[in-house]
Amino acid sequence: MSGWAHHDGLAVGLARENIDTDQLIPARFMSAPRNAGYGRFLLHDLRGEPGFALDDPAAKGASVLVARRNFGGGSSREAAVYALVDAGFRAVIAPSFGDIFAGNAVNNGLLPARVTTGAAEALLACLPAALAIDLAAQTIALGDLTLSFDIDPIWKTKLLNGWDDIDLTASYRAEIAGYAKARRGAAPWVWPNETRGDPAPTTGSDQ
Amino acid sequence: MKSLFDKLWDDHVITRRDDGAALLWVDRHYVHEGSHHAFARLAERGLPVAQPALTVGVADHYVPTRRDGGAVDADIARMIDTLTRNAGRHDLRFFGLGDRRQGIVHVMGPEQGLTLPGMLVVCGDSHTSTHGGLGAYGFGIGATEVAHVLATQTIWQKKPRRLRLSFTGRAAPGVGAKDMALHWISVLGADGARGHAVEYAGEAVRALSVEGRLTLCNLSIEGGARCGMVAPDAVTLDWLRGRSFAPTGDAFDRAAETWLALASDTGAVFDREERVDMADVAPIVTWGTSPEDAAPITATVPDPARAPKAQAPRIAEALDYMGLRAGQPLTSVAVDQVFIGSCTNGRIEDLRAAAAVLAGRRAKVPGLVSPGSTLIKAQAEAEGLDRVFLDAGLEWVEAGCSMCVGMNGDLVAPGKRCASSTNRNFRGRQGPGARTHLMSPAMVAAAAVTGHLADVRPLLEGRT
Repeated sequence: MSGWAHHDGLAVGLARENIDTDQLIPARFMSAPRNAGYGRFLLHDLRGEPGFALDDPAAKGASVLVARRNFGGGSSREAAVYALVDAGFRAVIAPSFGDIFAGNAVNNGLLPARVTTGAAEALLACLPAALAIDLAAQTIALGDLTLSFDIDPIWKTKLLNGWDDIDLTASYRAEIAGYAKARRGAAPWVWPNETRGDPAPTTGSDQ
Repeated sequence: MKSLFDKLWDDHVITRRDDGAALLWVDRHYVHEGSHHAFARLAERGLPVAQPALTVGVADHYVPTRRDGGAVDADIARMIDTLTRNAGRHDLRFFGLGDRRQGIVHVMGPEQGLTLPGMLVVCGDSHTSTHGGLGAYGFGIGATEVAHVLATQTIWQKKPRRLRLSFTGRAAPGVGAKDMALHWISVLGADGARGHAVEYAGEAVRALSVEGRLTLCNLSIEGGARCGMVAPDAVTLDWLRGRSFAPTGDAFDRAAETWLALASDTGAVFDREERVDMADVAPIVTWGTSPEDAAPITATVPDPARAPKAQAPRIAEALDYMGLRAGQPLTSVAVDQVFIGSCTNGRIEDLRAAAAVLAGRRAKVPGLVSPGSTLIKAQAEAEGLDRVFLDAGLEWVEAGCSMCVGMNGDLVAPGKRCASSTNRNFRGRQGPGARTHLMSPAMVAAAAVTGHLADVRPLLEGRT
């Protein structure tokens, strides 16, 4: 994954709250291998609804999505992020995000930019339109409007650098081995050892 | 003065970076059919699984619940086969079809004692928060992180803020863990606990069985929490003793001492405190398309015209999708079918609670009952619960994620309305166009015998 610092692109608005990951990609598409592309699954079951923003010809080629609160709540399916990335999106702007979704987004170079509710509404009022994102400065510019956004500093660094965690973690090999040894001494039960036959699934005290 | 979460966190920190990220050790990693993206990533890089002994494979998301020899959809068979091959290739402990310990990962893991107090547990599934019911630090992760855990047995995290959610008072009859969870989510919102590690505390939480605690913690993610947990106590220890993968004899007693010491110290500091008075918690159902859209069964469907301006469009959209009228009593909403099961409410107590309502009664609508694990299925059959479900006219099937997520083909048809003991009433969750109402298993049973959303309490009179 390569890092990025600036993005200029067309932004489209989806003026809804709670766009959960089941809506971003319905479960029935998740058995597909990634190499065929997930973009065609994005918000699949909302397509064709009257006035659905992503169906608007003016939204074609959009790379930034603006939405209302709690975007990406629900399931941990990274496929929700694949669908956005494969459809050409580089950033989602919303007042709040599901934590797991936001982490998955960053792991795929997709920016989850947190803005105030007022800022999200201001943007939604003038989309679709071209805007510019400056990741280092944490700003969004649209015409005369300049807004700031929040991003966890750890995630920001990761997006800027395009870090791969597995490579990064490899440099801590000695610390991990040391920890594993200590853990085995302190909590030997963590290494499972089947001790007896199957217990009946009893319930403890019934309530 | 440390909280339960502080202790779990500190116990797993391998190293910290200057920017505040910590590298945490993973004690238990569960993988399922949906983990295929992560295994593919591992294969691309030619990496082995770092700790196969700590990695457990379970077939649950795609497994058919009718295993009577009928043809299985080729795509579904391929998903299960891929997991089976990956588990074999990497020498993982694997609970596949045909293993009598198979079940939904968040049901069978605790049931087998593969999850124990004090563990850090991850899985590529958001309901991994369930494992907090045993006093573990469990959270869901995405495929990139699954690949990272497979390759390193570690995960980078930023420490969540600590939220203590205290339930004061005692549960009224007919009120259980599901109602407690839906209640707090309806009050704080579906993102109300975002960025937080929740510790459930208070008299009503202590009074819950382990099953109830697992249900409560399971739904943490529906309130946006990173994880949820209950401090281990004597109830936890009683429940764990004798489980297949739990320590035995002196080793259990030594472990138990460590586990009991995990409870929050008196005077432990939380970043945020919230309280729920159990007097306010009634049997609850959802009316909309987010778990926050929940109300006592005695209430009416909300009216967008009377709602705060910011919420009105969302409520109107939800009612449109759900086919409901503003102001109609919730008990007037007729259902087409029912579902009892899932990692939220597929445990033996859940089946008993539903059976207590169904016994001697007939369901007015069709329905499916899928136990959370094959062992629970056997237990329920030993208790005669299967007969209660069958005599009521419901279908009694095998264990799996089933109609909670519909990946295995157990779907609610477009426009149909389902009273469901599951965790998500999202648009299309149980199938394209499906309308889901979340509630406790006992409330699902009440909906089944009346044919509409119904208060379970009158149906329980003289029965409990």
